[in-house]
Amino acid sequence: MQKISQYIAIRDNRVLWNDNVVFEGQSSDFKDFAKELYQHLEINYPKFYKMDNLCKLAFLASEIALTNNEEEDIALLFCNKEGSLDSDLQHQKLISNIDNFYPSPALFVYTLPNISIGEVSIRHQLKSESMFLLADRYQSEYIAPYCELLINSSKANKVLCGWLKMINGDYQANFYLVEPEGILEHNIENIDQIINK
Amino acid sequence: MKQAYIHESNIISPLGFTTDENFEAVRAGKTGIQKLKLNGILDEVFISSINEDQVEALFARLSLTSASSRIEKLAIAALFPLIQDRKSLENSLLIVSATKGNVKALAENDTEASDIPTLAKNIATYFGFQKEPLIVSNACVSGLMALSIAKRYLQLGLFEDAYIVAFDEVSTFVQSGFNSFQAVSSEACRPYDQDRSGVSLGEAAVACHVSTERQSDSVRVAGDANINDANHISGPSRTGEGLFLSIQKALDEAQLRAENIDYIVGHGTATIYNDEMEAIAFNRADLSTVPLASYKGNYGHTLGASGLLECVLLVECMRRNLLLPSKGFQVLGTSQPIEVLTAERKCDIRVALKTASGFGGTNTAIILSKD
Repeated sequence: MQKISQYIAIRDNRVLWNDNVVFEGQSSDFKDFAKELYQHLEINYPKFYKMDNLCKLAFLASEIALTNNEEEDIALLFCNKEGSLDSDLQHQKLISNIDNFYPSPALFVYTLPNISIGEVSIRHQLKSESMFLLADRYQSEYIAPYCELLINSSKANKVLCGWLKMINGDYQANFYLVEPEGILEHNIENIDQIINK
Repeated sequence: MKQAYIHESNIISPLGFTTDENFEAVRAGKTGIQKLKLNGILDEVFISSINEDQVEALFARLSLTSASSRIEKLAIAALFPLIQDRKSLENSLLIVSATKGNVKALAENDTEASDIPTLAKNIATYFGFQKEPLIVSNACVSGLMALSIAKRYLQLGLFEDAYIVAFDEVSTFVQSGFNSFQAVSSEACRPYDQDRSGVSLGEAAVACHVSTERQSDSVRVAGDANINDANHISGPSRTGEGLFLSIQKALDEAQLRAENIDYIVGHGTATIYNDEMEAIAFNRADLSTVPLASYKGNYGHTLGASGLLECVLLVECMRRNLLLPSKGFQVLGTSQPIEVLTAERKCDIRVALKTASGFGGTNTAIILSKD
């Protein structure tokens, strides 16, 4: 049985790391809050500003989870309900105007939810296993054994799991890192508590 | 460790409404790609779409006349012949693969109808699956990744068997996006060819049954990996890193080597960069002389359906010991040598490789074995 080594919640302008508030932003608007948190983390990564909101959220949560990380073989397993709907709506709005039928590719690429995995993989140079799942709720009963299999079969050394919500500025991220050593048992009860924080 | 075996499949596409019909159509060199007007305003484009009259007749024959969306009915129609005689789905997993689902609903401001989890639940409810479905939405590797995770869940011993359904429709939403990348071919797409100029989009719904039970014509999923390039969100890696690593890891798991592979069905979208990336990855993996085909010249790029569609056709090739050629290919257009097939060949296929790559730097490789 693997362990959960840390967990992160981002919501209501705040970042909680293992239940402790480690950052509190001033703005209730996600874009502004994301910028505040980006600056607080003292990251120099200009690509951040090109990302859509879903990717920014996944990026920031991963940034915190992977602080001081040296492990290269970390699988990424992200899930949400809406897919890329937040960016889909923007793309749809643009192409509804027939003069704009061929909008910028810089927007279209974000109409896939797994781009968030791509952004985090590039940032942390994770040439590793990854998967993006959709569901109404976090499917811990499926995801927990899958993480165990990835690590036990040496397909990954750690797994970063994330539940994301991003739609019209309404946001929440609950991430946790699974590895052989940690602070919590990697079981469904603990996972469900982390996801609902 | 439990093993995962591929059993029956079904393909609904412009080339037919069963796997057999589709196999024979590809064997005969047919293509569903034609010049069509996608809507009243835009220029004609090369796409592969299912004939509306035929699809309506299919829905009527299966009594799928309720008010649900066309894509939902296509998915149910694909699964139908695989499940109709099943008595219990109590220990069966349903895996759904789609990149966009019913994205057409967005044009009518109906975000609820575009919700993929709702669509998946409707499919599960229709057939009476007891467990919640798993939904893979991982760009253009989704269909093949669905097979990879089906195998992993069967290995975990959580389910007796898994049904996979993978689908996507042609839509102005996706067409406009690929157009904005200038990634759309001005003729029927020509994978790996020197005159290739981009994708043709297509649509399909594909279903497949996988279980731990070996049968006489079973093909085993012997190894699999899904490794990201960590390089670029919309451009393939110039070194083919993620695809190369996926192939290596899948071979390692299968305890096989490159020399064991008899046939490769690649992703082969016919964009300049994708096909070049594949050629580099196949060379790095010592696979440059293995017969290779892409079926995109027959179907176009069916997005979330493509990986599973091409994989179940590959399984039929293995069962019949036939290598099918790569439609649209004439003269090699990649910097590295690859053995693209231009004619059908008889060959005892013991081991085959299926790959897929997509936006977000995602790659999947699956080793299939007839043992």
